[in-house]
Amino acid sequence: MTIYAFMFYILAAVIVVTTGLAITRRNLVHAVVYLVFSFFGSAMLFYLFGAPLLAVLEVIIYAGAIMILFLFIIMMVKAVPDEKKLFPLRQWLPVALMGVVYLVIGAVIISADPGSQVTLKIALARPEVFSEYLFQRHWLAIEMISLLLLVALIGALYLGRKKPEEDV
Amino acid sequence: MIVPFSHALILAGILFLMGIFCVVVRRNLIMMVLGVEIMLNGASIAFVAAALRWQHLEGQVFVLFILAVAAAEVSVGLALIIYAYRKTGSFDPARYNLLG
Repeated sequence: MTIYAFMFYILAAVIVVTTGLAITRRNLVHAVVYLVFSFFGSAMLFYLFGAPLLAVLEVIIYAGAIMILFLFIIMMVKAVPDEKKLFPLRQWLPVALMGVVYLVIGAVIISADPGSQVTLKIALARPEVFSEYLFQRHWLAIEMISLLLLVALIGALYLGRKKPEEDV
Repeated sequence: MIVPFSHALILAGILFLMGIFCVVVRRNLIMMVLGVEIMLNGASIAFVAAALRWQHLEGQVFVLFILAVAAAEVSVGLALIIYAYRKTGSFDPARYNLLG
């Protein structure tokens, strides 16, 4: 086992454990902070997989912007714990069973496919190469994504504005 | 040499299933949006691993688009949650049972 494989398994374990802690926390702030850990792990995994630009973007956008937005929302409203019991048994047991079934079948399918046994080789997509590829092949998609972000911004502003009194 | 491609795919699958679990089980809108984020993150990991396996940049480009779509989705989704919270005073999706 090379040092890279060792790092992969460590990172995978950290990601799975922190995500599992995050989705079972009752306190929303704790869940978000655990998820920040998970996204940091994903960013390091991206770096290990040869995508340094995406690793940085993951930290900036996911762990930075999106999670902080969640924290703002949680702190803005008085978070009353709605969930009396965290997991009612009849609610989570079917999901867990189906999840285990899907996981087993997926693992069998993946390991039966000879194409998936290829060992990943170390490679590095330098940011300038990546950007050149992006803007030469996908310039139209970039424009559409920027338009989508603009529409999302306008929509969020529209939804979040104060209502006039007669409009309730 | 890192690991077989299948191990990365299984990690992505575990993350995706955790996201589904969070969306289905939790009765809190904020936790449900967090679950969607976890699912998108799992998909991103699968894309980056596929980009490395085929030594092609297309997968990484898609992860960039996933990041942008996730940002848009979260901003609109949280605005909707705040809007619903102002109407009903709760994050419980079972409370949203009135039209208008």
